[in-house]
Amino acid sequence: MANDETSLAVDHGRRNLLNWFLSTTAGAFLVSVTYPLSRYLIPPEVEESTASTVTLAIKPNDVKANSGQIFRFGSQAGILVKDSNGKLKAFSAVCTHLACIVQYRADVSHIWCACHNGHFDLNGRNVAGPPPKPLEQFVVNVRADQIVVSKRG
Amino acid sequence: MDQDSPKPGKLYLWLDERVGLSDFAKLAKKKEVPQHRHTFWYYFGGMTLFLFAIQVGTGILLLLYYRPSASEAFESIQFIMTEVEFGWLVRSVHSWSANLMVFAMFIHLFSALMLNAYRRPREMTWLSGSGLLGLTLAFGFTGYLLPWNELAYFATRVGTEIPGVIPVIGPFLRRLLRGGNEVTGATLTRFYGIHVAILPALVTVVLGLHLFMVQKHGMSRPPSVAGGDEGKRTMPFFPNFFLRDLVGWLCALGVLAALAAYFPAELGKKADPFQPAPIGIKPEWYFMAMFQTLKLLPAHILGIEGELLGVLGFALIGLILIAMPFLDRGAAWGKPSRLAAIFGALLISYSIILTYLGYTMSPIK
Repeated sequence: MANDETSLAVDHGRRNLLNWFLSTTAGAFLVSVTYPLSRYLIPPEVEESTASTVTLAIKPNDVKANSGQIFRFGSQAGILVKDSNGKLKAFSAVCTHLACIVQYRADVSHIWCACHNGHFDLNGRNVAGPPPKPLEQFVVNVRADQIVVSKRG
Repeated sequence: MDQDSPKPGKLYLWLDERVGLSDFAKLAKKKEVPQHRHTFWYYFGGMTLFLFAIQVGTGILLLLYYRPSASEAFESIQFIMTEVEFGWLVRSVHSWSANLMVFAMFIHLFSALMLNAYRRPREMTWLSGSGLLGLTLAFGFTGYLLPWNELAYFATRVGTEIPGVIPVIGPFLRRLLRGGNEVTGATLTRFYGIHVAILPALVTVVLGLHLFMVQKHGMSRPPSVAGGDEGKRTMPFFPNFFLRDLVGWLCALGVLAALAAYFPAELGKKADPFQPAPIGIKPEWYFMAMFQTLKLLPAHILGIEGELLGVLGFALIGLILIAMPFLDRGAAWGKPSRLAAIFGALLISYSIILTYLGYTMSPIK
């Protein structure tokens, strides 16, 4: 009997060791599969355009009062607005609610998002509907016959 | 084999010896379906499955011509709709069958909820069904983008922005979903892979589990008809129930063919990330109630951003639905459940009212 018990104890020790090897191997295998897999699924950073200034293709005099239009600002969309006094303003065109592209509504003189009916005034302030924050405002400079839009700061 | 049934042919005997066909025959013979005044609702699970089979078939056909890139997707669908013979039909059937499938699935879901079919011992059937609900909505969402038109583009912009409002992990989730910071061609290929490979693989597993659980436990007899004569009556699955199922499928096929032929799927304008969202933009009808909720929520409620509160609300409703077998202790003991009835009725009325508002409220006021 005593012999049996010792052999059982030895067996356990050996089994524990083998189990330890087996589970660390399985664990290492699992990590070596899931790590590259999860890294693969996360998209790599693509270099974004860092330009903080853009010259628009449109001339200041071609923009009608009480109108707005979308322009490209790097990979983002911006909106250029001329109010009824003829002053040019520019904002990010990405709605602060759920990121739709906004448009100018001449009937109410607001910047408006069609997706969830968000209204912004001509200072970019969120005045009605669900948008929680104002639109980012850009600086507009008219140099000779060109409109130059730049980010603040 | 009964004495008066025809003598089995050689082929049958050959196959039976190798595959064990008579085991299936025995199984089909033994299977019974409870018969009572709510039996009608049992047909919608099978109908969802039938429409899913149509989705698989037409989806495979569309794969032969579709090209998943921002510069070619829209044009390839234009090609399918105008050049390929019966291409318009295949795409219209795929699009309409998707809608009908979601509709049948919602009926199946709410009838199972109202009739307390989720109660012990069918919790796993309910959970796998919830999984299938999520996978089906994911199919709908990812498939909507593939034509790369204006509506799809903005629906995806908004839809992928929604997980982005979750604090801390939101931006990461959004990036993972979009395959980048913006909705671009990378999003399209990602959604394509999800739509035609990842989701089908997951559905195969979860649907297999769901059907296995249905076979194991049989159909649930609602507690409200458990007593008296009605509480015992059954009908054989084969052929009685199966033939009735077929009638349902035939009806679904009829409706599908009529819709696809008279109202072919539209394509609209090609997506342009530098155009404003079109006036009157809306998602698929089954996302309309959520869309309208987000539209009506004010910017801030008690200092919290409205959209975050809305998204948390949707998540809470989903969680209650999934956890119903564990929340509803009464039904577990065979009592008709008031909790499920009230929750179901509230959810149905809320969805109908908000969906109605979504389609009727002026888009510019």
